Amino acid sequence: MDLHRRDFFRFIGATGLTLAVGKELNAAPKAKNDPELRGVLYDAARCKGCRGCEYDCADANGLPEPPPNKEIKGFRKTDDKHRTVVNEFKTSKGIVYAKTQCMHCNEPACAAACLTQAMTKTKDGPVIWRSDKCMGCRYCMVSCPFDIPKFEFHSANPKIEKCTMCYESRLKKGELPACVENCPNEALMFGTRRELIQEARRRMFDKPDLYYDQIYGEREAGGTSWLYISPVPFNEIGLNTKVQTGSYPALTKGFLYTVPSVFVLVPALLLGIQQSTKKENHTNDNGDE
Amino acid sequence: MNSGHLISADNDGKPIWKFLIWELKPRGKWLTPFNIISIPIILLGIFLIVIRFWKGIGSITNLSQEIPWGLWIGFDVVTGVAFAGGAYVVTFMVYILNMKKYQSIVRVTVLNGFLAYLFYAGALLLDLGRPWNVINPIIGNNFGVSSVLFLVAWHFLLYMIAQLIEISPAIAEWLGARRARKILSGMTLAAVIFGITLSTLHQSGLGALFLMAKEKIHPLWYSEFIPIMFFVSSIFAGLSMVIFEGSISGKVFANQISDKNKKAENGIIHGLAKICTGTMFAYFFLQLLVFIHGKHWDLLNTPMGHWFLLEMIGFVLLPMMLYFYSYRKNSVFLIRLASILTMVGIVLNRLNVTVIGFRWDMPVRYVPSWMELVVTFTVLFTEIWIFRWVVNRMPVLRESPNWVKEEKQQQQQPAFGKQHQRA
Repeated sequence: MDLHRRDFFRFIGATGLTLAVGKELNAAPKAKNDPELRGVLYDAARCKGCRGCEYDCADANGLPEPPPNKEIKGFRKTDDKHRTVVNEFKTSKGIVYAKTQCMHCNEPACAAACLTQAMTKTKDGPVIWRSDKCMGCRYCMVSCPFDIPKFEFHSANPKIEKCTMCYESRLKKGELPACVENCPNEALMFGTRRELIQEARRRMFDKPDLYYDQIYGEREAGGTSWLYISPVPFNEIGLNTKVQTGSYPALTKGFLYTVPSVFVLVPALLLGIQQSTKKENHTNDNGDE
Repeated sequence: MNSGHLISADNDGKPIWKFLIWELKPRGKWLTPFNIISIPIILLGIFLIVIRFWKGIGSITNLSQEIPWGLWIGFDVVTGVAFAGGAYVVTFMVYILNMKKYQSIVRVTVLNGFLAYLFYAGALLLDLGRPWNVINPIIGNNFGVSSVLFLVAWHFLLYMIAQLIEISPAIAEWLGARRARKILSGMTLAAVIFGITLSTLHQSGLGALFLMAKEKIHPLWYSEFIPIMFFVSSIFAGLSMVIFEGSISGKVFANQISDKNKKAENGIIHGLAKICTGTMFAYFFLQLLVFIHGKHWDLLNTPMGHWFLLEMIGFVLLPMMLYFYSYRKNSVFLIRLASILTMVGIVLNRLNVTVIGFRWDMPVRYVPSWMELVVTFTVLFTEIWIFRWVVNRMPVLRESPNWVKEEKQQQQQPAFGKQHQRA
């Protein structure tokens, strides 16, 4: 008898645990042989602002050529024609450049928002978009804390444009992302996220005067696959420092977890109330359907 | 053809198709003020919708990369669904709590709710960039089960089916289909229970959609309690809509409403006003708690803070007190006034979360284009047209045909016997 009860509690415990940590397990590598998350380390101290990556990105992804330097005025954002842009910032330590593109979050808000899994985090790290799934609701755009997914508002067959780390065109063939491969100043480095964080720490340890003492993306939005180090605080180079450190999908977790309980408890409750309020003789003449 | 014969026997001997064609014809005067206003707007709206599918969403809307959802989501879908909340509240009162007093408004409220969902889901299709993929989350071309929108989409679909079942006896009575009516009536309670469950989840789900936009929504409107706020406010939003809509139907369709129901109307309105007072008090108190816990006192004396105070005091607290005062003073006029103020407050609240407070810090604010407004009105007017068509033909406001009553009396005799046996 005792043994049975223990077994029962063990079973209940396991069920409860599965319910409680189900989401996290989804986000973490599913098996030991899953690849480690890959990402890119961007070093703003090395970037010379040549904007070569913008041209390489457009070339690799079949997008129109970016505008020449003389046409650029002010701060630029990525849009439905440009998956990455490099901006120039006048900072406390002189001019610093910063590249913008998808951060490829470890737990992406866009992928959690997507009701068809058109936006999805691949096992190796890149967050990609699949046209055959997407219904164009733009909930990914509402949810993304970095404002990265862009929508072709002026097309009858609109696509979502964002950096995919060149997943389909290059990464799958074993090539590096176009921007990383062609960067003349080695400001971009591709590798597993773990290696990149080690490398970033090494650079900051070697030249403590050069770098601001933080890796942007290590904890932001629950950790991202794209990491930044910079000579100045990150708000000076246009990065969103209001982003929370926790994961964004976790914000809707509480709501989604109440759904099964509501679905079981509310109908039972309603039926109970209905039965108990039912009159013994219902002699109304006004319909009882 | 056998069934055709049966039906034809109920509709003055006409075959079913002749009956349907006859029913499709408009009735009454054509040149009413409503028609004169709505017809040109609907035609213009249809033209704009054609352009939208031809040239893309950006061709007629002011949406941008930073503000991807505008009036069509914020007003048509999020606000419209809140107003459609009356259906689940009234069915709860009548079928679950067995408050027979409200029986006479069930059908019109459910019809309103059903049409609202039908058209707001339709408005959602206009806003989808790739609407041909809308079946993906339903047919299982990848289920995004971690998405709140997945839940909301499924709930819309299921709730529309539940509401269709709830309203279907009226359709059966219109067609004179006795057997179908009997079967469909038997499904009502299940549909109601299912419908209420779905409503609690998707009314709050519409709020939960915005939980991930944490830094994008003004802190006075963003909190982790948005889903609860949306749910609680949908109760009095829906009931205020019932009061408001009842005051219009009472005039427009006066010839449809029986004397008995006309007399009962005042009692119903007062009852609803009481419920509104209670839920609005709970809602206001919740908002107050969330505000105090949010520690945003410093934000109150900013333009957005004043706007927040206007919403909370002018359009929640004031109509709540008006509801309270008017049912004590027994004034139907004041109750109707309160219902209008409450509805304005709901529009404000939903737009504040979804549009006005969304990216409030952007240098270029989103203001809907006139074309977005025209399309919104097209959706609204088309819905009213269909509503009018149905009310003029089916027993929604008017009493069921006599054969229904006869059948019910026959049914009740054996039902009694059974109950006594069980007891």
